[in-house]
Amino acid sequence: MSTGYNFAYLDEQTKRMLRRAILKAVAIPGYQVPFGSREMPLPYGWGTGGIQVTAAVIGADDRLKVIDQGADDTTNAVSIRRFFARTAGVATTEKTREATVIQTRHRIPETPLSEGQIMVYQVPIPEPLRWLEPRETETRKMHALADYGAMHVKLYEDIARFGHIATTYDYPVLVGGRYLMRPSPIPKFDNPKMDNSPALQLFGAGREKRIYAVPPYTSVKSLDFEDHPFEVQRWDQACALCGSTESFLDEVVTDDQGGRMYVCSDSDYCGERRQEQGQ
Amino acid sequence: MYVAVKGGEKAIDNAHALLAEDRRGDETIPELTLTQIDQQLGLAVDRVMTEGSVYDRELAALALKQAQGDAVEAIFLLRAYRTTLPRFGASQPVDTGAMAIRRRISAAFKDLPGGQVLGPTYDYTHRLLDFALAAEGAPRASVESAEAGLEPAPRVTDVLHHQGLIEPSGNGADLPGDLTRQPLNFPAGRDLRLQNLARGDEGFLLALAYSSQRGYGNTHPFAGEIRMGEVAVELVPEELGFAIDIGTITVTECQMINQFKGSKDIPPQFTRGYGLTFGQGERKAMAMALVDRSLRAEDLGEQATNPAQDQEFVLYHSDNVEASGFVQHLKLPHYVDFQSELEMIRRLRRENAEAAQ
Amino acid sequence: MNALAPQTGLLPGFNDPVADSQKMFRAVLEAMSRPGTIVTAPVLPVAPQPLNPVAAALILALADYETPLWLDPAARQPAAIDYVRFHCGCPLVEAPDQAGFALVTDAKSMPPLSAFHLGSDEYPDRSTTVIVQVPHLDGGEAWRLKGPGIRDQAILAAGQLPSAFKAWVQDNHALFPRGVDLLFAAPGQLAGLPRSTLLEG
Repeated sequence: MSTGYNFAYLDEQTKRMLRRAILKAVAIPGYQVPFGSREMPLPYGWGTGGIQVTAAVIGADDRLKVIDQGADDTTNAVSIRRFFARTAGVATTEKTREATVIQTRHRIPETPLSEGQIMVYQVPIPEPLRWLEPRETETRKMHALADYGAMHVKLYEDIARFGHIATTYDYPVLVGGRYLMRPSPIPKFDNPKMDNSPALQLFGAGREKRIYAVPPYTSVKSLDFEDHPFEVQRWDQACALCGSTESFLDEVVTDDQGGRMYVCSDSDYCGERRQEQGQ
Repeated sequence: MYVAVKGGEKAIDNAHALLAEDRRGDETIPELTLTQIDQQLGLAVDRVMTEGSVYDRELAALALKQAQGDAVEAIFLLRAYRTTLPRFGASQPVDTGAMAIRRRISAAFKDLPGGQVLGPTYDYTHRLLDFALAAEGAPRASVESAEAGLEPAPRVTDVLHHQGLIEPSGNGADLPGDLTRQPLNFPAGRDLRLQNLARGDEGFLLALAYSSQRGYGNTHPFAGEIRMGEVAVELVPEELGFAIDIGTITVTECQMINQFKGSKDIPPQFTRGYGLTFGQGERKAMAMALVDRSLRAEDLGEQATNPAQDQEFVLYHSDNVEASGFVQHLKLPHYVDFQSELEMIRRLRRENAEAAQ
Repeated sequence: MNALAPQTGLLPGFNDPVADSQKMFRAVLEAMSRPGTIVTAPVLPVAPQPLNPVAAALILALADYETPLWLDPAARQPAAIDYVRFHCGCPLVEAPDQAGFALVTDAKSMPPLSAFHLGSDEYPDRSTTVIVQVPHLDGGEAWRLKGPGIRDQAILAAGQLPSAFKAWVQDNHALFPRGVDLLFAAPGQLAGLPRSTLLEG
């Protein structure tokens, strides 16, 4: 553990500020709490919000897992895990079951989460209405009035044009029946895992300076229509490594003749299955 | 058999080693010292201090060395260091009226107390590459006389203010906000706007200021005064209750004078646009002053329809550390989202083809 | 800072401010994200009269110069005032609706929850977090809780609260997303009741 900096890099006043924002976020599920985001030694857009939330939450007894695209060994996941190993000296793990805090970019693990676990999502753009209305002053009013008609119109226009809702990731959800929320750019495949999850889910957007949360056992409903119910992606193939037909698959291009194969995006889940199969 | 890519950790270590090698370059060439950067690339140091919002020439020089001269990367390094610094208090507002002037020009008055002092400027250099500089050890030009800063030089805006011709400026009594501690809310006060602009990317402000001059804005500015020199920084420690001098910094200040029609209650008077940078940053200070004035449109009852007048647009996009991070985050893997899009686009194409049959 | 305490008569704060603050925060996070759950306080500093150690730990972990603090009249004693000023540096406010945190040590004579800062529709997060010191978290009137953080239902039976308290909590919930959030500080234990929680019956 490197010295010269405080535990988990941030000073205590900053951590208190973050902790207060997290508590308010938990008390108002899905509402984006503005916070005094600090300049971190990693670039904005690379997980500074998630890192600040993790730094505010994590303690010496925790076991941290960091994933990017579902995998523990992608470079940015490695870099963030190292940051905490270096500045907080916490134990790290690649096992979803063993982790107490899981920081993620773009995925929710396939292994079901349990009570006592904390998910920390890295969020690039927290505002679900941002593409419909670029102004913060306007979107804030829309949330105050729970005026989400524009989002329904947008999704319905998709149906009119394509026959489907064409949003495939960062698919908008309604939290606790009140706040429209961006689940961060996870594939909509993962949306159902957020609903009534036993784990606490925290979201940090560093550049945009917002924190929000979904407490355990909270309703998270993906927006849809009676005649066009929400549905998730499906593959005709199974994972080429572990044979799973349940997990989110990454497409891997094997040659330039159209050759491709599909493998689990969740490296821990895939590895565990292969181990069970004695591979 | 396909094996998932492993070894992110090793790749990162190697990338850092390669970077260090590139940074040093040919080892037979003498290594740059921080003093050399400070002394000979001073304007780069000034920009890094200004946008990094830390006045420390040595740290800014180190940041530039570490970033191989990339200003935005150096600004980022300095900002990340700044975050960890404890805060002991806020200084008193610096008194630029009492500046030890090295350069001072006004485009509004031909002559004025304190005079026009050209000082060190590129303004009248003919932009001809100076091959004498390429030969190391070129002789130093000697300065004929230096009469600058001997006579008191009141600020041009103060002169106008005594005659009631220009709006008053704030009295500096309220402790300004700090957007590095509290999130920005809209509408943002002028204190926070100025802080944002001072930290803002010079190129972004320059382009916005330029747009306001070309019709995307309704400004008719005069460079009332630009001054550069040394000012004292004072702090009032709680236990003493009076101001003590804690050091001297170099700053560049620009006060733009703009038209204002006045209203039923206020007679016509000039309005202000303000710019301030650490060190010598005249281009930045001028651009900042123009954008500051543009952003005051709504406060002054003017129509605010152009980009430079739009608070949210300007303040949310001025910061190059934020912008650089978010633009470059597109380098990070997006396999999962892309896979989701692939699945959708294939489905839509399949359905399209089926419908066509 | 603790080294100063013996000379000034001031009680020490956390033994290990970094670790103790983190542990205490996690206890509060658990309490707030699982309303009604009784959480064991991980650290119990020596508290100035009339604060109990859990209330003191909550203030130490969460309050600082950025959070105006309201103390109920019973808590406005020199020992308590010096303690929060020295360890947290928080400005003390007279009006409950100016407070980021409020500390109620004598619940029987507390103002209604609507007297605190309730936040606005656009910024509901700006509301007061009210810490209520109670003698116990079970054995009082049992409330059935529903809402975010609660699997089916939870029971909370905090003791010695004003008779109107339940109605205040229900009115507070009706304001959602506005409203205060409550933390109950009992000897060695705490529980949370955020505005999102519905009290049945």
